[in-house]
Amino acid sequence: MSRLKILALLPLAAALSGCDYVVLAPAGDIAAQQRDLVIISTVLMLLIVVPVMALTVLFAWRYRQSNTAARYEPEWDHSTKLELVIWSAPLLIIVCLGALTWMGTHLLDPYRTLGRIHADRAVDQSKAPLEVDVVALDWKWLFIYPDYGIATVNELAAPVDRPINFRITASSVMNSFYIPALAGQIYAMPGMETKLHAVVNHAGTYKGFSANYSGAGFSGMHFNFRGLDDKGFDAWIASAKSAGGSLGRAEYLQLEKPSQNEPERRYGTIDSDLYRLILNMCVETGKMCQSEMMAIDAKGGNGHQGLNNTLPLTYDKYARRGTPLGPEPTFVAGTCTPDAPQGKTTASITAPVDTAPLLGAGLKRPSFAPLKSSSFFLGLRPKSDS
Amino acid sequence: MSPDLLKLIFGRLGFESLPLHEPIVVGTFAVVALGGAALLGGLTYFRLWGYLWREWFTTVDHKRIGIMYMILGIVMLLRGFADALMMRGQQMLAFGGSEGYLNAHHYDQVFTAHGVIMIFFVAMPLVTGLMNYVVPLQIGARDVSFPFLNNFSFWMTVGGAVLVMASLFIGEFARTGWLAYPPLSNIGYSPDVGVDYYIWALQVAGVGTTLSGINLICTIVKLRCPGMTMMKMPVFTWTSLCTNVLIVASFPVLTVVLALLSLDRYVGTNFFTNDFGGSPMMYVNLIWIWGHPEVYILVLPAFGIFSEVTSTFSGKRLFGYTSMVYATVVITILSYLVWLHHFFTMGSGASVNSFFGITTMIISIPTGAKMFNWLFTMYRGRIRYELPMMWTIAFMLTFVIGGMTGVLLAVPPADFVLHNSLFLIAHFHNVIIGGVVFGAFAGISYWFPKAFGFKLDPFWGKMSFWFWVTGFYLAFMPLYVLGLMGVTRRLRVFDDPSLQIWFVIAAIGAFLVLLGILSMLMQFAVSFLRREQLKDVTGDPWDARTLEWATSSPPPDYNFAFTPVVHDNDAWWDMKKHGYQRPLTGFRPIHMPSSTGTGIILAGLATAMGFGLIWYIWWLAAVCFAALLVVGIGHTFNYHRDFDIPAEDVIRTEDARTKLLAGAK
Repeated sequence: MSRLKILALLPLAAALSGCDYVVLAPAGDIAAQQRDLVIISTVLMLLIVVPVMALTVLFAWRYRQSNTAARYEPEWDHSTKLELVIWSAPLLIIVCLGALTWMGTHLLDPYRTLGRIHADRAVDQSKAPLEVDVVALDWKWLFIYPDYGIATVNELAAPVDRPINFRITASSVMNSFYIPALAGQIYAMPGMETKLHAVVNHAGTYKGFSANYSGAGFSGMHFNFRGLDDKGFDAWIASAKSAGGSLGRAEYLQLEKPSQNEPERRYGTIDSDLYRLILNMCVETGKMCQSEMMAIDAKGGNGHQGLNNTLPLTYDKYARRGTPLGPEPTFVAGTCTPDAPQGKTTASITAPVDTAPLLGAGLKRPSFAPLKSSSFFLGLRPKSDS
Repeated sequence: MSPDLLKLIFGRLGFESLPLHEPIVVGTFAVVALGGAALLGGLTYFRLWGYLWREWFTTVDHKRIGIMYMILGIVMLLRGFADALMMRGQQMLAFGGSEGYLNAHHYDQVFTAHGVIMIFFVAMPLVTGLMNYVVPLQIGARDVSFPFLNNFSFWMTVGGAVLVMASLFIGEFARTGWLAYPPLSNIGYSPDVGVDYYIWALQVAGVGTTLSGINLICTIVKLRCPGMTMMKMPVFTWTSLCTNVLIVASFPVLTVVLALLSLDRYVGTNFFTNDFGGSPMMYVNLIWIWGHPEVYILVLPAFGIFSEVTSTFSGKRLFGYTSMVYATVVITILSYLVWLHHFFTMGSGASVNSFFGITTMIISIPTGAKMFNWLFTMYRGRIRYELPMMWTIAFMLTFVIGGMTGVLLAVPPADFVLHNSLFLIAHFHNVIIGGVVFGAFAGISYWFPKAFGFKLDPFWGKMSFWFWVTGFYLAFMPLYVLGLMGVTRRLRVFDDPSLQIWFVIAAIGAFLVLLGILSMLMQFAVSFLRREQLKDVTGDPWDARTLEWATSSPPPDYNFAFTPVVHDNDAWWDMKKHGYQRPLTGFRPIHMPSSTGTGIILAGLATAMGFGLIWYIWWLAAVCFAALLVVGIGHTFNYHRDFDIPAEDVIRTEDARTKLLAGAK
């Protein structure tokens, strides 16, 4: 019996074992807003789930066969009033939740720039956001700081309260870039770019990882995210710069090869064009960039000549094997110099810089004035200039 | 022999393809081989092969095919659950620098196989088996519309299962996760046979599922007995109809997306490659356009079972039959408008994400209405707590939790922090185990006496019930917690030692579920031994309401000597109330379909063709393909498709039942 009691205590022991409920207690404003949505939605749903569970238990007990005192109406199978209730009660909850979802999804769109860095602080327009280019490799993370000319592997740092703009891609397969303490995740996909805007409010070291299975080394594909104060961040940049090491195209092709449980690494200098080349899958010399291909296609393509402009694949994209029946793998040869036309940058969604709650699309917040009860119902509202 | 000749004969199959370096697999193989040899030896010793071939393998009787589907589902459950135990064991051990006992190569196959097997070869056969068995009886029909097709569909499903099982011992299974997203599943990153096993197992089984869907739609639409209008159909038949509509509309999408993936892998097309205009995102969309309806394919019949069970064991008409039917139809339609909620994180715009989030939430309205309908069916009833009803109560309490977390995940910003986490794993196990598995178990214990003429042993049934329910909560509630700590799925090793306790609890839960499964097997064995005490001669052991209980248990080959006439949606209840007298005279010969071995031969050829394609044994694939055409066309010249059960046989069967019924009184 005592052994069974110990078993019963296990969950309690677990709850007290100092676990870090990072999703419920994040360090960044975006993740905090997402956490709020999780909690509000759960409470909204509990409004209906709890009564249903209680009723289930109550009816299951009350109408048991042995309880002959309970009423028994074997033919009773319809009640319009009840039907109205059982369809409209969930409907009402979903109407509320739907409105919340629409608002929340637009306000927390990862592509949207930040309008605030904390519930009560707007973005400081004078400070430029920190740009970070993220590349998911097999099986490690490469972070490029284009403004500082450095790059790191499996280590990410950002100053507290400064918005971070992530541009995210991958080298080979699909991954998901996720730092629970900072903001929700978004997929990292080869040949494509996703974006994430976030800010960290508390200094500290947090876990980041891939949240989408990507092959054998997936379990070791995590990194440390450091939230530093401004001074600490400058020192970190300086130490990275002095770390030496340079990341050019050749070094990247070496780094890109699959490896597991990579330690943190820093590169003091980088090829400034590297991220664009990775995104357009043309780090190998002689290979045409996707952006160039698309630019040519947009102008009508090169006709037959364009079709024939392929070369047999000789570079060592690891494990790349041909299909059993099809042609040998090929690639489109570059027709321009690598620093020739670039693709269009994707349009961005800009948030208004204002911490006041949003009241409607583009509407200014009405200035507060006590309303007379009659005018409230007549629809006389303070004039707004929009 | 020269390497070229070897390659021509064996493709890429060689001795090195056998996983002799994996002791766990070798051990499993030894056990399976010994068990298999014992089984085959036993069948030969007792001269059962002829009986099995004539009465079971070649049968076109929907009841026997239904039972065979159930056996397939339960056998595959053992395999799928063994995978689950291995995962729980690995995740429990791999802390503090320990690598656990599974390497990545093995572990990644295990979680892929677990998902594929549980969905395609456990849940699907259990659901299809119950529909196959029950639907024709519920609508007063003698068989399905296309009995041969039914046999063929079953064996195609078996063929897929055989390929998955073969991958355990010959070569390897996919290491991609159960939906095999490219680019990881494309030839560049998965050059081995694993993904090919995945593709061909699902293609072979998918043919069976699609055909079985067409068959059951035709059966329900065309073969209902006189008086059974659409709005008098039992709710289980309604949910079956909707499920099969979903199957017919969604499985072709799966077939096509897998065909495109195989073109990428075999002939170098670029549908889902990174470059040359391919888009892996297209695959993700297409597979979920099949994948989301698939969840409703599984859960709708379970809803039907719970409706039948609640009404029967509450001794009461189902509350809100009409709204139940409309709720089912609404779910059917809406299930096609929600697929994107599986990848909110792929970078769609906010408006697209909110659209799919809100449509997902809307599904919870008809589902909630169903929940209330079961609740008010119990209200003012007289609830008998037999095993099927116990599963139903467990379902109602468990499913609302899973439903709630599901709606939570439908809020895109909430999904951003919970997507792919163990919270998600807990959610879908919560709805699939709490809904589909509990439903299948309720259905098995409810209809078992119909199929075999004796009830299941209640003691071992209750053991199984309590082990399953407590095991489920212990195994999956910790995963919700871990999800909130930001732990993602499919991890093999962990750094943070504070997480370990939760994985230990989850492993204990999985162990309890194992006891639940063993109790269930024990229940079958004990029930078989005690079949005389548990015997039911009335054909209606639960005082039930629908037509399947009007005939004997087990029903005769022809189901009903006279096609019943229906006046009410609780047809059998209505007949009992109005003092229905079983006809004792006037029997006539009954026209029935004959057995044929074509189905099993065709499925065997399709499986062998799949094997040839997996291993690049081109001659085998070509020969099997040609043979498929020859046998298929040859079968059209088989004119011995039907026969008449002579009136004397019918009289003998019915007289025997009359005597039994008289003895029972």
